[in-house]
Amino acid sequence: MSADIAHDLKAKTEAQTWRARVVLALGPVTSFAGIIWAIVQPWRLTLLHPHGQGLYWLIAEPQLYVVLVGILFRVVLAPGIVADLEEHG
Amino acid sequence: MIVAGIQPQAEFVHWWFATGFLILGLLLLSEALVGPEIWGRRPWRRYLWPGFMFAMGVLMWPVSTFFTNSTIHMVAHGMWAQVLMLAGAAELGVARGKLHSQYWRLTSALGLAASGVALLLHEQNHWLFARAAFLHHTLGWTVLVAAVFPLVQALRPRSLTASLGFATTFVVIAVLLYCDRDVAPIFGHLSFYAGVPHR
Repeated sequence: MSADIAHDLKAKTEAQTWRARVVLALGPVTSFAGIIWAIVQPWRLTLLHPHGQGLYWLIAEPQLYVVLVGILFRVVLAPGIVADLEEHG
Repeated sequence: MIVAGIQPQAEFVHWWFATGFLILGLLLLSEALVGPEIWGRRPWRRYLWPGFMFAMGVLMWPVSTFFTNSTIHMVAHGMWAQVLMLAGAAELGVARGKLHSQYWRLTSALGLAASGVALLLHEQNHWLFARAAFLHHTLGWTVLVAAVFPLVQALRPRSLTASLGFATTFVVIAVLLYCDRDVAPIFGHLSFYAGVPHR
């Protein structure tokens, strides 16, 4: 194989790997941000002190929303995107 | 009277929409990273963020209908509903193959620009009146400036910078909406006229 072609293939593979890693990291980074937010502002997480809270206050848990979005993205979407990237990229 | 009794507070609705914008941001970020060809390898994925954007526009209508504390507030939410539906529908048309021109991305630029103007116009208090006022000003200018990203995308569809900028805009919108409280101080400032803050 020509050294030029091999070099191009290596560069392409490295770019794919880099992109795949970022896509796989998007979900965990999002969830981590939600966890940090919950630690910094625990009073906004009414599930930690539910007594006397109304229905909406118990449903509206923004930190948990962020964590959940990150988990769902990582579990449901990211694997398929990375598989397509590795197969067709 | 019954509706007022079961109506959620505005901050809850802002957090729910923040979650929607966060999802949109993640979808757009991953599409920008892998490129539209890889993203579109699975047909259902092509419809994901345009469909989500359209659905958020539909869900904005009840907000416009029930949160009627001021006319300009109601009109602004109605306009956001329209521009979200317009941009979502145009992108759905492109994803389906019914629309072909790259310039349909201009609907997103129009949507962001119009949303920014509406945010700035419908906030009539100064920046440090309360947190909500500060966020309206910040959101307005952010969204207005960010309209340049879809504008560049319409002219140069392969621009990675524009794609990442467009995606990041929605993440920033989400963060700002999550910061919203009905009555809360901003950097230690809270006008006497804003009301009494709660937890």
